[in-house]
Amino acid sequence: MHIYANPARFLNIARPLTGWLGWVGAVLAVAALSYGLFAAPAERLQGESVRILYVHVPAAWLGMAGWTGIALAALMQLVWRHPLAAVAGRALAVPGAVFTAICLTTGSLWGRPTWGTYWEWDGRMTSMLVMLFLYLGYLALAGAEKERGGEGRLTAIFGLTGAVNLPIIHYSVTWWNTLHQGQSLSIVRGTSTIDASMLWPLLASALGFSLLFGALVLMRMRTELALNKVEARLKRMAA
Amino acid sequence: MNPWPFIWGAYALTVAAMVALTLRSWAAMRRAEAEAAALSERP
Repeated sequence: MHIYANPARFLNIARPLTGWLGWVGAVLAVAALSYGLFAAPAERLQGESVRILYVHVPAAWLGMAGWTGIALAALMQLVWRHPLAAVAGRALAVPGAVFTAICLTTGSLWGRPTWGTYWEWDGRMTSMLVMLFLYLGYLALAGAEKERGGEGRLTAIFGLTGAVNLPIIHYSVTWWNTLHQGQSLSIVRGTSTIDASMLWPLLASALGFSLLFGALVLMRMRTELALNKVEARLKRMAA
Repeated sequence: MNPWPFIWGAYALTVAAMVALTLRSWAAMRRAEAEAAALSERP
């Protein structure tokens, strides 16, 4: 990974990749959502409200993936002192928070017609809400550290510590009596209880949103690197 | 209960959030990179 530590080398890859990820992701996401809204089958018990699956589940996965990325970036920053790790961590935070918020609100909209309630303080929903608060805390801490000219070590430690919430979210439906349904799909075991007519559009939607997420992270990294360059240049000119 | 208002609401919210985030991120990137390029050209 240290071969990409040089910002110029990283930017040579990031510039074309941003466009590819963004456009391919957008086309795939629009296609998958169109299928989900207009062509996907209704579910036997839930009826039409199952269509919210195609936005809610990818948003949940990406909210968790965002914090996983933050924790990995924090590890690279603290242990290997990778110069772009702090930039990557900060770039992941806003998209991760937005996807977590999308997950919570679409889940709430799904819950009303399906369970008769917008919200329950069960394990899954509460731990996802905690993750949104963790994201907001991370963003506040990152902003405060940057303002004071810090390296971002405290923010990185916060990012690593917050990762403890990830297995809590994942196993909440197993550990506790919960309104939220259990795991339907296991990538590790390669099993699924979802019918193929729903599974493939779900995976397509997840892939489309993931590529978009990647594009967003690259855009935000490029922004911070450009602003760092401007700041350094202005300091040299003032000296 | 008719689920369709909730379905449309969920999709509209998702699309609106994604479009807003993408446009903001892209605009910030373009501004920052243009500023960096302009400063690099200065002697």
